[in-house]
Amino acid sequence: MSAVLDNPIHDEHEHHGPPKGIARWLFTTNHKDIGSMYLWFSFAMFLIGGCMALTIRAELFQPGLQLVEPEFFNQMTTMHGLIMVFGAVMPAFVGLANWLIPMMVGAPDMALPRMNNWSFWILPFAFGLLLSTLFMEGGGPNFGWTFYAPLSTTYAPDTVTYFIFGVHMMGISSIMGAINVVATILNMRAPGMTLMKMPLFVWTWLITAFLLIAVMPVLAGVVTMMLMDVHFGTSFFDAAGGGDPVLFQHVFWFFGHPEVYIMILPAFGVVSQIIPTFSRKPLFGYHSMVYAVASIAILSFIVWAHHMFTVGMPLFGELFFMYATMLIAVPTGVKVFNWVTTMFRGSLTFEAPMLFSIAFVILFTIGGFSGLMLAIAPSDFQYHDTYFVVAHFHYVLVPGAIFGIFAAVYYWLPKWCGNMYSETLAKWHFWMSFVGMNLAFFPMHFLGLAGMPRRIPDYALQFADFNSISSVGAFTFGATQLLFLYLVIQAIRSGKPATDQVWEGAEGLEWTIPSPAPYHTFSTPPEIK
Amino acid sequence: MSAESSYYVPAQSRWPIIASIGLFMTAVGAANIINAGSANESTGMSWLVFLTGAFMMAYMLFGWFGHVISESREGLYSAQMDRSFRWGMSWFIFSEVMFFAAFFGALFYVRVLSVPWLGGEGANASTGELLWPGFEATWPLMANPNPELYPGPKALIDPWHLPLLNTVLLVASSVTVTFAHHALKEGKRNALKMWLIATIVLGCVFLFFQGEEYVEAYNDLDLTLESGIYGTTFFLLTGFHGAHVTLGTLMLIIMYFRIRKGHFDKDNHFAFEATSWYWHFVDVVWLGLFFMVYIL
Amino acid sequence: MRSRLGLGALSLLLSAFYAADVSAEYGVNMTRGVTDISHSVYDLHMTIFWICVAIGVVVFGVMFYSIFKHRKSKGAVASNFHDNTTVEILWTIVPAIILIVMAIPATTVLIDMYDTSDADVDIKITGYQWKWRYEYLGQDVNFFSSLSTPKDEIYNAAQKNENYLLEVDNALVVPINKKIRFLVTANDVIHSWWVPDFAVKRDAIPGFINESWTRINEPGIYRGQCTELCGKDHGFMPVVVRAVEQAEYDDWIIQKQEQAKAAAALAALTFTLEEQMQRGEEVYLKTCAACHQPNGAGIPPAFPALKGSDIALNDIQKHIEVVVDGIAGSAMQAYGDQLSDVDIAAVVTYERNAWGNDTGENISAADVVDYRNK
Ligand code: HEA
Ligand code: HEA
Ligand code: HEC
Ligand code: CUA
Ligand SMILES: [Cu+2]
Repeated sequence: MSAVLDNPIHDEHEHHGPPKGIARWLFTTNHKDIGSMYLWFSFAMFLIGGCMALTIRAELFQPGLQLVEPEFFNQMTTMHGLIMVFGAVMPAFVGLANWLIPMMVGAPDMALPRMNNWSFWILPFAFGLLLSTLFMEGGGPNFGWTFYAPLSTTYAPDTVTYFIFGVHMMGISSIMGAINVVATILNMRAPGMTLMKMPLFVWTWLITAFLLIAVMPVLAGVVTMMLMDVHFGTSFFDAAGGGDPVLFQHVFWFFGHPEVYIMILPAFGVVSQIIPTFSRKPLFGYHSMVYAVASIAILSFIVWAHHMFTVGMPLFGELFFMYATMLIAVPTGVKVFNWVTTMFRGSLTFEAPMLFSIAFVILFTIGGFSGLMLAIAPSDFQYHDTYFVVAHFHYVLVPGAIFGIFAAVYYWLPKWCGNMYSETLAKWHFWMSFVGMNLAFFPMHFLGLAGMPRRIPDYALQFADFNSISSVGAFTFGATQLLFLYLVIQAIRSGKPATDQVWEGAEGLEWTIPSPAPYHTFSTPPEIK
Repeated sequence: MSAESSYYVPAQSRWPIIASIGLFMTAVGAANIINAGSANESTGMSWLVFLTGAFMMAYMLFGWFGHVISESREGLYSAQMDRSFRWGMSWFIFSEVMFFAAFFGALFYVRVLSVPWLGGEGANASTGELLWPGFEATWPLMANPNPELYPGPKALIDPWHLPLLNTVLLVASSVTVTFAHHALKEGKRNALKMWLIATIVLGCVFLFFQGEEYVEAYNDLDLTLESGIYGTTFFLLTGFHGAHVTLGTLMLIIMYFRIRKGHFDKDNHFAFEATSWYWHFVDVVWLGLFFMVYIL
Repeated sequence: MRSRLGLGALSLLLSAFYAADVSAEYGVNMTRGVTDISHSVYDLHMTIFWICVAIGVVVFGVMFYSIFKHRKSKGAVASNFHDNTTVEILWTIVPAIILIVMAIPATTVLIDMYDTSDADVDIKITGYQWKWRYEYLGQDVNFFSSLSTPKDEIYNAAQKNENYLLEVDNALVVPINKKIRFLVTANDVIHSWWVPDFAVKRDAIPGFINESWTRINEPGIYRGQCTELCGKDHGFMPVVVRAVEQAEYDDWIIQKQEQAKAAAALAALTFTLEEQMQRGEEVYLKTCAACHQPNGAGIPPAFPALKGSDIALNDIQKHIEVVVDGIAGSAMQAYGDQLSDVDIAAVVTYERNAWGNDTGENISAADVVDYRNK
């Protein structure tokens, strides 16, 4: 084995295929292989996290405790949040970045291919560690994905130590992944590909990567503080020693808020690629799109305490964070208006990627509106920690991040595997997802306004009806994802061969190469006019 | 930005997977040891797991970097590759800056906001009156809100002795490493070695004094991790800094051995430069610490 | 065609939301509440909501217009424009203005909420895992309030009553038309005290006191819940407030003060083992069973069993100590200031004699007092 591996000489220009067997995946340095691994991994996590969500929804189907004990319910809520955020959405976007960025900027691979592989392979171990806590004595983390101290320190189960190290590992993976993306974009563009000619997906990822490098270390910092408080007698989060539990929240949300934009900006990029294609019309306001994304990213560093309006900040702080948060609606609005104007007077067709993108624009905007309502501090006193918040963030995450990912997969799958997916099944997938998802999450607005707190395993009787509806919707949405799995496999195995251009209106370097994309592309950089 | 005609894409590599397994075992081992420690249980096999993991990581680092070095010396790398490394290192250092920023932020928060609140400032009159009567907010905080749970320190480190000396040492080391860099660029190998050794020695002396300081803090001053928020922020900030100095010193030592083997030339010495960047970064963090933690 | 279906579904959903304020009693919208502040918050909420709806109608209107008119199947030919500085500046500035319009009332309401000066009644609220403690400052009234819904209802063995999960043993009683200041804090983890009808939600942070206030316009019973994840029984930690006329409130205070005196007098009496067991069981089920379980088996490893436990069978002093002072750094709280000496004596006696822990020992309130005085 090592004879082959230690041989550093590698002939670039021969377009040989990948090595065979498991070794291909363990040792690979190929951005396409790594991209595929990220995508499959994230889908597996989506199913696991989804099953946890279904456990939650099943328990909440009716009032009373039926299926699980409160202790376990809290573990499900926590793990669902953690797995979806760190295991499903983030790796999916990194997978897309791996596949697409080199092809879009005309590079032969990512800038640092070996480190790329390491970034990926840390993840299965990190999540293995995290999931294994569920089977340990004392159970898994049960303090919410936001793990507020002191519930997560003094009062945590012993397994919190594994949780902390798991988070450290995910952090290392994300930071390295992001550094790779930045280096690739800044250094690997083909001649003529100036920054302002880059596809928007590349732009959004550049800015996302910057956010990641800036905030993942802060997350590492805050879990380190927890570790010290739990095991080494420090008092960061203990007033008795001069600390403050709220300090935890400040540090966490300094990471946490940019994190939510990390989960949406690449989806903005995806949609900005797809809408012009199926409108057969160039993206409206390319420059303002770039500036909008940059403004969102910059603002995201000064709004964190809108998650903490009720902790008792001084009035001045409360007002500052309210105003700053509201401001984000402006650049986000610019993006929404640009997408709509791109469609305006186009020549629209509605293949699956476009359907998901349109749903994205509509439903994300609805989620954005509820976000704006939450940003109004005095009203947030009524919304905070109720299902209204749960409704808000599922509207930006499910039809936002997840639909963005679905759209991307449909759009680029033919380029990846060389075959078309079945449009009929894809339409089914879309409509079932659309209905299921709205059924699951729309009633949560009502629940929250009517006063149902989040993170509870049982509720008062007046919440019963909407909870049942929501559970039915959740199961519909969940079951539909099995269809998605089926149709992707079907496309890879036996789909109709795709053309190189794939979509009539598609533009960009990735459509100039054959479908499926050869194992090595752009060994010699293309010329960009 | 223009891409040289062939960017070196390495063949398959086993280092990343070794690194992942090593990291995993280190983490699991460490978590087991820490948990066993807190529960006063025996650590069982945990040390074995931890050390195996740590050994794999060390093996991986030598192997991986060794591999990169030999590729570089075979001339496989282009100027573009060099730029990738530069971006990589710069952003890595930026991420380290943010890691320290979290702890500095925590320090500011407790000093400027939450400790005064505990003493009843701002809208917190009742916090002081009802919950912590008798507590007085000062900084440095010598008496904690609950002195029984968290007995405060007797005294603090005097900034004008060891810490001042350490500041001088570390600033001097930043100068010597720059001299070393200039010597390298001018091809003066002996001067290079001399300045590099000077830097390493300064780093080691710094670490030694920091050790002294910790011993003094624990033995004579009762300034410990358990002595409330002052000790907490003091040790976490200086401790992580010390860990970074240690890493930087190790990197410098490796540079020294590589130079002895004849590596690097006038134009091609990014590993050395990266190390010196790192060293300067560590120095700047120290200056921040010296002012924020020791003096103010 | 399919998009038309989508539009239908969407407008259905939206119209459900529009209907929100008409059918408030069906529980689809925020309550208007019973205080001036809660009214302002409700109005603010509705204003922002309608502005968002209006923006939505415009944006989605344009979008659906394009979807219908500019589809390829209808022969639409794509135009090629991709920039227009004027509209771009316009749609940056207009939303900014809308935001300013929203920010003004929001700021006024917030400033109002923060004005806790000149209160008539001061109540300190402390969150515990999983109950609230109310102390009327300067009044010598001080009690705990915890969920009173029977386990059977929760585990579906009995019909759930109307106030399922929103009922407590001792409600907070306050006078109407008086400015009441809440000093909110916690004893263990973070909780959050919320009564929607007052638009008061304040996090209870251990070690800090957050202030908040209300002035209730109408008498009534108002229900809320803990809204910060605080562990296992976070969902079972309701808040119930009974707002009454001043005269009734005054009577209630006097009655409470007398109860406290009577309870103190109990400490002088002695009880038989049976009496102790009976009182002890009551206290145990109410206070301890959440963790240690009604059958004393606990939920190991988080919550240890008391049945057959070393402490419950042997060292009496240690047993009293654990209950009075708690176990630092664990969920086992100090019950010394939550339970009276009589109750502590009873529950310790109960634990030493129930579930086969047959020590036969009868601990008296005097024993507890002795321990405390040590
Ligand atoms: C992808 C993830 C994502 C995104 C994009 C957003 C976007 C926004 N979020 Fe959200 N948020 C979350 C994920 C996300 N959020 C999560 C996960 C939580 C809960 C965390 C937890 O507690 O567990 C949360 C919680 C949360 C809170 C805390 C609520 C609470 O706990 O009490 C707040 C409060 O301000 C908030 C606000 C906003 C705002 C103002 C935006 C804005 O960016 C939205 C901007 C968009 C629009 C406004 C729509 C489009 C604009 C126009 C059409 C222009 C015209 C509009 C106007 C002028 C109004 N969010
Ligand atoms: C990107 C992030 C993301 C995504 C995609 C989702 C997806 C879903 N979430 Fe979300 N959720 C969060 C992020 C996310 N969530 C976060 C951050 C929290 C807060 C956690 C906290 O409070 O700490 C939360 C909390 C949360 C709650 C509140 C829990 C509580 O407060 O106690 C609920 C309740 O309904 C819920 C439901 C769902 C459902 C039904 C889905 C569905 O979309 C899931 C659909 C997927 C599947 C169902 C899996 C695929 C299908 C199968 C494996 C086949 C088997 C299924 C059948 C045969 C039906 N989530
Ligand atoms: C919030 C949960 C909770 C409640 C309520 C609770 N306990 Fe505990 N109790 C614990 C925990 C956790 C421990 C173990 C603490 C440790 O050892 O770290 C414990 C330990 C004990 C022990 C020592 C048992 C042993 O063998 O170590 C006794 C006795 C005890 N509790 C009695 C009581 C009594 C009496 C009450 C009610 C008045 C009560 N507990 C209510 C959580 C609780
Ligand atoms: Cu108390 Cu939640
Ligand atoms: Cu946020």
